[in-house]
Amino acid sequence: MAEGTAQTTASQAPPAPAKQQFPPFDTTNFASLLIWLALTFGLLYWLMSRIALPRVAGILEARHHKINTDVLAAHAKRKEADQAATDYQKTLADARTNAQALAQDTQTRLAAEADAKRHALEAELNAKLAAAEKQIEQTKAKAMANVDQIARETAAAIVEHITGKPADTAAIAGAIAKLKV
Amino acid sequence: MDPIHQFAVEPFVPVHLFGLDVSFTNASLFMILVVALVSIVMLIGTSQRSIVPGRLQSAAEMSYEFVASTVRMTAGTEGMKFFPLIFSIFMFVLACNLLGLLPFSFSITSQIVITFALAIGVILVVIAVGVSRHGLHFLKLFVPSGVTIWLLPFIVVIEVISFLIRPVTLSVRLFANMLAGHITLKVMAGFVAALLGAGVATWIVAPLPFLANVVLLGFELFVAVLQAYIFTILSCVYLNDAIHPGH
Repeated sequence: MAEGTAQTTASQAPPAPAKQQFPPFDTTNFASLLIWLALTFGLLYWLMSRIALPRVAGILEARHHKINTDVLAAHAKRKEADQAATDYQKTLADARTNAQALAQDTQTRLAAEADAKRHALEAELNAKLAAAEKQIEQTKAKAMANVDQIARETAAAIVEHITGKPADTAAIAGAIAKLKV
Repeated sequence: MDPIHQFAVEPFVPVHLFGLDVSFTNASLFMILVVALVSIVMLIGTSQRSIVPGRLQSAAEMSYEFVASTVRMTAGTEGMKFFPLIFSIFMFVLACNLLGLLPFSFSITSQIVITFALAIGVILVVIAVGVSRHGLHFLKLFVPSGVTIWLLPFIVVIEVISFLIRPVTLSVRLFANMLAGHITLKVMAGFVAALLGAGVATWIVAPLPFLANVVLLGFELFVAVLQAYIFTILSCVYLNDAIHPGH
């Protein structure tokens, strides 16, 4: 009897539906598949939307931000470097013009000094020359005056020697004066 | 040897709730594995939050940016509101497809009820978004602009049918691709075993279906990724219809 019922149930119920029916179309599995799909997909959706995706978005945002700030910093640094380079060039040019001006100044100053010195020296030399000429003139005049005296004395001596009597000095002076003219 | 046997859902822990059979099956196990796999990449991979990413974080970021660009491309920036949903769908389907390719594993996406549930879910979201955003104007989706008045009834009928058939095509496309691929792999593998078992003479030709299987596995890998992408991009396109109806 027990065997009989077992046989009838086996023949009545679809025996081993997994073997007979194409498994994907076996409706007896649907409830389990759908429930587990809902559970697992729901869990996945919760994990992704609540944790994973905001986290990845945060990472990407942080990286984007870091790259941006780094690029900006690099730009600023380059600008700074450019500014420094132009400053340097400007300083260099300034120094060069300063040096040129200074050289020019010194040159003109030195030239003026040399000129002045030369002028002073020339003036001094001229003065000395004039003084020397004047002295020569005086000495010459003095010498010439002495020549007069010598001529008179010589003439008186010659006259005394020749005539044997003292010479008339006035006559001699007149004669010499006549000769001089 | 039976190429259909791999799709059988086998209960590990029988559970009955409210008269429903909700047993913990091999399918349930693999769904949990899928969630675990995606979580490892997306949660553990990103736990360091490094500016310079490692391998796992790179994978997570690439997945994120890939899906984000897909959503933005097809559904616009407004579509980004549904990015978590689209991302979860893509990762879930992709992980199911890839995990199913491992020998002795279970391919969840080769269960029509799973792919249909996902597709119906997408379509329900589309309808909800369309109605809540545009109300009755959402029906403009079925009335393309610039059509002559006597053609309009036919066009509307065609549009309605094409809208109603969307969940079917969306789910069957994925299901059929995964099913056919797995059957082909199994049949080829069965050839190898049969030829090896048939005698010394057939040993010589036995490597041929084995080589074919190697090539097929590569192809199935491609199909697994491609079908996940197709499912995702079509979901985005349908969402775009809901956001911007009336073409």
